[in-house]
Amino acid sequence: METFLQLVVNGVGKGAVFALLALGFVVIFKATEVVNFAHGSLVLVGGYLVVVTRDSLGWVGAAVVGIVSAGLLAILVERLLLSRSKLADANSLALLTIGLDVIITEEIVRRLGVTVPFLGEAWDAQPIQVGGLTLFRTHLVAIGVGAVLVTAFFLAFRYSDWGVAMRAQAENREAAALMGIRSSRVTATAWLVAGLLAGVAVLFIATQDFSGSGLSRGTHSIALAAFPAAILGGLDSTAGAVVGGLVVGLTEALSAQYISFDFSKSAVFLVMLVVLVARPSGLFGTRESTRV
Amino acid sequence: METTTLIPTGPPATRPRRSPARLVRAAAWIALAVLLAALPLYIDTAWLKAGQYMMIGAVGAIGLTLLTGQAGQLSLAHAFFLLVGATAYTVLAGPTDEERVIGLGLDPGLALMGAVLISALVGLAFAPVAGRLRGIYLGVASLSLVFLGLYFGQSLDSLTGGTSTGRTPATFELFGFPFSNGGPEIEVLGVPIRQAERIWYLFLVLTAIAFVLARGAVRGRVGRSWRAVRDNEAAATAMGVGVARAKAGAFAVSSAFAGLAGVMTVLWFDILKPDESEYGTYGINVSIAFLAMVIIGGLGSVPGAVVGALIVNGLPQALTLFSGDLGWFGETGGGGLTPILVSSFIYGAAIVVVVLFEPGGLAAIGRRLTGLFRARPREITREETS
Repeated sequence: METFLQLVVNGVGKGAVFALLALGFVVIFKATEVVNFAHGSLVLVGGYLVVVTRDSLGWVGAAVVGIVSAGLLAILVERLLLSRSKLADANSLALLTIGLDVIITEEIVRRLGVTVPFLGEAWDAQPIQVGGLTLFRTHLVAIGVGAVLVTAFFLAFRYSDWGVAMRAQAENREAAALMGIRSSRVTATAWLVAGLLAGVAVLFIATQDFSGSGLSRGTHSIALAAFPAAILGGLDSTAGAVVGGLVVGLTEALSAQYISFDFSKSAVFLVMLVVLVARPSGLFGTRESTRV
Repeated sequence: METTTLIPTGPPATRPRRSPARLVRAAAWIALAVLLAALPLYIDTAWLKAGQYMMIGAVGAIGLTLLTGQAGQLSLAHAFFLLVGATAYTVLAGPTDEERVIGLGLDPGLALMGAVLISALVGLAFAPVAGRLRGIYLGVASLSLVFLGLYFGQSLDSLTGGTSTGRTPATFELFGFPFSNGGPEIEVLGVPIRQAERIWYLFLVLTAIAFVLARGAVRGRVGRSWRAVRDNEAAATAMGVGVARAKAGAFAVSSAFAGLAGVMTVLWFDILKPDESEYGTYGINVSIAFLAMVIIGGLGSVPGAVVGALIVNGLPQALTLFSGDLGWFGETGGGGLTPILVSSFIYGAAIVVVVLFEPGGLAAIGRRLTGLFRARPREITREETS
């Protein structure tokens, strides 16, 4: 029972991080209908800048630099590449982000070379005892940060001008434009938010507690697990992203313990397949209707 | 399905005239065939290996372009089907008396066909999932196959040999003629035809078969039904195309091509070794590389897929071979530029450039170039474009 409780806490902690990443996918998808395959490279860039700057700025300063630069990179991608190709459809643009992802990932991995730096020194590897439970601080902080950010996001999405504009654009692009909503600004902000969230997520991923490995190619493939999170929740549902993130986190933690560590990564994707077969648009996604 | 029409159709009144363009095209194909057949007499083993690697890419990319370009189903699972084909061949042709791994001791030629068939069946088994999903959802769902392949590759080591040692595939033989250094000594124009040359000819024939079959599919009824499904499923249904069947068929055919590429891969490496992480011989990076070939070549174009494969699979090989002379790539590892890294940059950038500036890929550019010399456009080109 204690192991199980511990696993649940771990799973929710991981899930919170996946939720941040999945939320990024969903925000971008809602704004532009593009699936951003380069999300993993945003994660890597954020993490890499933390590594580079933390000696001179200290960890807190470096973390801020990392988060902000992941956000800026996302905006750059949107402004310089995606917004320039209005003719290409959303699926081609998704392919474009794959190309981008290859370039950025290879470059960061080359720069890292043989080093595998850990990032989360503010909370990493300091387990605390609560009753009979050993809890990892990384996961606890992740749950806290995740809860705060997700709440802030939902409040902004519900009440702020940006949120209203964003939802209007997701509902009907032309009508929103006719109402005076500046589509380019909404889209750019969506990418910025997604980038910032990715920058936060990496501070938890490249830790001893979360993955047992520092910033490396492996970080990128962990970020890939946010895909099933976003997809199984439904690509156009923000609540779905959070639920999906938690499902992925719990699946990974539980299957690693009760089945095998090797299987845990496949388990996440298997769960997604099962959900997709039952509900092709994810748990909370809107069903596409076809007009003949 | 064949339907009988009420209006009797006879043969066309006149046979189509053999236009000069057709003759030129036929001559070009023959020249290419002669060139490719003669190459082993002139280039050394390292370049032959590089060429073989490009042909592996070509076969796989042809399969993916049918699925993604013609049938409109985004797949990131191509590397998984490579693994299926590679494992199936090694198991089917493997010796029966090894205690560590399973082998069925089939004739290698039969094993190759069996491996292609098994890959197609596995692709078909995924069809119920593929048939329900569209676009990006399908792309990510297919990604899960790569992860499953990673897990099975690691855990089923009686089939795959396990990640640490792998297992050696049986030498390919056709009617008792081995594609290795053994068997009868052959010499052509003073050049001994040994393993590298023999594999070259084997791969050349396999690639040619793949190419011809794919072209036939694209131009025939199957290809038309795929394109109909890709462009509008509801309209395709209304036209009498079985959507589920067409999609499942595309997945099975594409997997068969990937399976063949897998067999070629295992013959090329001369070892079957499952990956330890998502990046490897059968990993996500390979799926993405195949997608890159297809996008660069132009989605749906069979010749485009071949050219894309020459670029994506050829670059790292060619750069490696040239680097000795050029001295570009000094140290390996340690943050230096490696041929693989440079070619990743190039094909990553190529994808971006193609999507931004020429969504039809190299195929569209080629079509425009040949269009300059051709008076009337062929009807088929319009159908082939995506």
